[in-house]
Amino acid sequence: MSSILLTNARLIDPVTGADTHGELRIEDGRITDPGPAAQVIDCRGKCLAPGIVDIGVKVGEPGERHKESFRTAGIAAARGGVTTMVCRPDTMPVIDSPEILEHARGRAGHSPVRVRHIAALTRGRAGREMVEIGFLRDAGAVAFSDGTHVVADTKVLSRCLTYARSLGALVIGHPQDPGLSAGACITSGKFASLRGLPGVSPLAERMGLDRDLALVEATGVAYHMDQITTAAALPALIRAKASGLDVTAGTSIHHLTLNVLDVADYRTFFKVMPPLRDEDDRMAVAGALTDGVIDIISSMHTPQDEESKRLPFEEAAPGAVGLETLLPAAMRLVKAGHLTLPELWRALSMNPARRLGLEGGTLDAGAPADLVLFDPDAPFVLDRFTLASKSKNTPFDGARMEGRVLATWVAGTCVYDRAAT
Amino acid sequence: MTFNQRHLLGIEPLHPSEIIALLDRADHYAEATRAGHKHGDALAGLTQINMFFENSTRTQASFEIAGKRLGADVMNMAMQASSLKKGETLIDTALTLNAMRPDLLVVRHPQSGAVNLLAEKVNCAVLNAGDGKHEHPTQALLDALTIRRAKGRLHRLTVAICGDIAHSRVARSNLILLGKMENRVRLVGPPTLMPAQIDQLGVEVTDNMAEGLKGADVVMMLRLQKERMDGGFIPSEREYYHRFGLDAEKLSHAKPDAIVMHPGPMNRGVEIDGTLADDINRSVIQEQVEMGVAVRMAAMDLLAANLRASAGQVEPGGPAAR
Repeated sequence: MSSILLTNARLIDPVTGADTHGELRIEDGRITDPGPAAQVIDCRGKCLAPGIVDIGVKVGEPGERHKESFRTAGIAAARGGVTTMVCRPDTMPVIDSPEILEHARGRAGHSPVRVRHIAALTRGRAGREMVEIGFLRDAGAVAFSDGTHVVADTKVLSRCLTYARSLGALVIGHPQDPGLSAGACITSGKFASLRGLPGVSPLAERMGLDRDLALVEATGVAYHMDQITTAAALPALIRAKASGLDVTAGTSIHHLTLNVLDVADYRTFFKVMPPLRDEDDRMAVAGALTDGVIDIISSMHTPQDEESKRLPFEEAAPGAVGLETLLPAAMRLVKAGHLTLPELWRALSMNPARRLGLEGGTLDAGAPADLVLFDPDAPFVLDRFTLASKSKNTPFDGARMEGRVLATWVAGTCVYDRAAT
Repeated sequence: MTFNQRHLLGIEPLHPSEIIALLDRADHYAEATRAGHKHGDALAGLTQINMFFENSTRTQASFEIAGKRLGADVMNMAMQASSLKKGETLIDTALTLNAMRPDLLVVRHPQSGAVNLLAEKVNCAVLNAGDGKHEHPTQALLDALTIRRAKGRLHRLTVAICGDIAHSRVARSNLILLGKMENRVRLVGPPTLMPAQIDQLGVEVTDNMAEGLKGADVVMMLRLQKERMDGGFIPSEREYYHRFGLDAEKLSHAKPDAIVMHPGPMNRGVEIDGTLADDINRSVIQEQVEMGVAVRMAAMDLLAANLRASAGQVEPGGPAAR
C-alpha cells in the first residue's frame, strides 16, 4: 500500500492529551513517524484525531435489514468519523450462538468501517441460561451483554458473571431495576405527570447499579455499564472505582445533550432507553465525564423506521440513530466547556478501544491508521433526510450543530471524503 | 374576548381570556336550552365525527347532543370495534376519516398524546374528549362553568380535588384550568395515587381529607378508576372509603356552603357517600352533566367559527351563533 503524509494538521492526541499542530504519516495501513510519502494531503489546520470507537451500535442484521444494514450503518459511521462499530446482539434472532455470530460477521464485510460484535449474555436475552461464552469469544465476540434486557434473576446473573470471570470476558450491563422501570416510557417527575405518561424514577438506575456492583465485587468480573444517566447513580460508581473493581461506565450522547423537556408534545424521536433525564442529571453526567468517572460516550445508534415512531408516545419504539451525529453533538460538550478536544477523544476513542482490548484510539506510530479529519467549528443545520442510515429517527432534526467530518480513514484507506461527495 | 384556537387539545394551550370566552358562550347556550331553545344552526352544514377508541357512554352522548342541538350532522364511530382490530394504525385511521372531509373530530383515546398526534394529520378541528392520563379539556370547562354559576366567580376560590389523581386526566385539566384562573388548588389522596412532583405545579398536596377540605369552597371527587389499577395502589376499597370517601363528617371541614362535584360515573360507597351525592343542597353533580352539553356546544361553535374564518368567511371568534 502506498504511503500518505497528512500535513498541516491540528493533531488531537487522547493518549498524551496534546492538541498540537503537526503532521502524520500512514504506511501499510498503520501510523508511522513523519517522513516522505507518495501522497501528501494538506489538512489546512483542521483537527486530525483517532477514529471513534462506538460501543453499542444496533444494526438490523439479522432480522431487520429494512431498518439498517451493515452497509448503510457503515456508510453512516464513515460519514460520522466512526472507524469501529461495536455492534449489539439485540437482533432477530439474538446473537447468542457461534453460528449466528458467524453469520453476522459475514454480513459485516459490507461495512466500509471496522465491525466488532457483542454477543448476548443469556440465550435469547431471556435471562435464564448463559450462552456459550467460550465458543463465542473464540468466534470473535468482544463482550457479552443482554442490552436493555436486564437479567432479573440475580442467581442467573451471578453464575454468568462467575463463568465470564473465569474466561476473562468483559460483560456489559444495563443498570436498571427491572420491576421499577416496567411499563415506563419517560423519567417520572413534573413533566411526566403533566403529560400523563407512565414514568420511571431515576432511582431505578441506582438500584440496578447497586445490585450489579455487589455481584461484580463478589465475582471479580470485568464489567462495563452501558449507560449511566443519573446523578443518583454516580456515588456508587465512584466508590466502586475507588475500591479497585474492574468497572467502567459509559453514557449516551443523547443523555449528554438532551433532557426530558425535549420530548415536548410527545415527540417520539426523543423516546430512548433509558428515558431522557432532568437537566440536573444531564449536568451531573457531563460533570462525571469531565472527572473521568464516566469513561465512554456512545451513540447508542438504534435505527427505527417511520412506522415504529409514528405512534402514540407510549406505543412508539425507543431509540435514536446517532452514528452520523455523534461527533457534532459531542462538540457541544467542548463548546460548553465540559471537555477539551483530547479529553473528548478519550471518551470517544481511546477508552472504548482500551476497554475492549482493540488497537486504535491513539496516534502513536504503529497504531492502525484509523483516523478522522474534522472541522470543529463548521456550522450546519441537520436535515434528517440527508443521513446515510436507512432509518432517519434522529432527535437532532432541524438542530443547529457545529463540527463537520471532512474525511475518515480505516487502516489507511479513505472511506469518506467530504470534498468528493 | 376571542377564542383563537384551531383545536381544543387541552387546557394547557388556552389563555385565561379564551377560557372566559368559552364559558360565556356556554352560559348563553345553557340559558337558551333551559328556555326551551333546543335547536340552533351554528353548525348547520358541518359534519361532526365522534371517534371513541375507549368506551364512554356519557361523554359521547353529551358531544352528540351538543352537535345535534347546533344542527351538525353527527356520526359516531366505535373505534374499538373497527379498523384498529384490523391492524390499521391511528394515523391511517385519521387520514381515512380526513378524506371524508369532516369539520369537527371529537376523539377519545386510551394513550396520552394520541389526540395531539392525530390533530397533526387532519385538516378539521379536533376536540380532545380525553387522552390517556393527559387531558380532558371539556370536563374541566364544564366543571369551571358549574363552579362559576354556583359561586358567582371563578377566581380566588379554594378547590379540593380528591382521590385517584395519578390516573386522572380530569384532575390534570382541572388543576391547570383552576391555576390559570388564580384559584387555590389542593390535591387530596393517598400518596400512591399522586403523580410524581405534582407539588411543583403550584398546588398543595395532602393525604389527609380533613386538612385538604379545610375551608374549601369546592370539593371535587374523582372516580377511583378500578379498571386502571394494576393492583397494589390501595389496600382495599373499604379502607379507601374510610380514609378518603366523602361523607358528611369529612365535608364538615369545608365551608358551610361548599359544593360537591363528581365527573361521573360515581362509585357510591367507594369515593362518595350515596346520600351526599343526592343532596341537592350540596351536590351539583347533575348540573355538571347539564353544563357538559352547553360547554361542548360552545367549544364546537367557536372552533367552527375559526374554521370558517380560516377559510375566509367570518372574523375569528366572531358572533356566529347569537
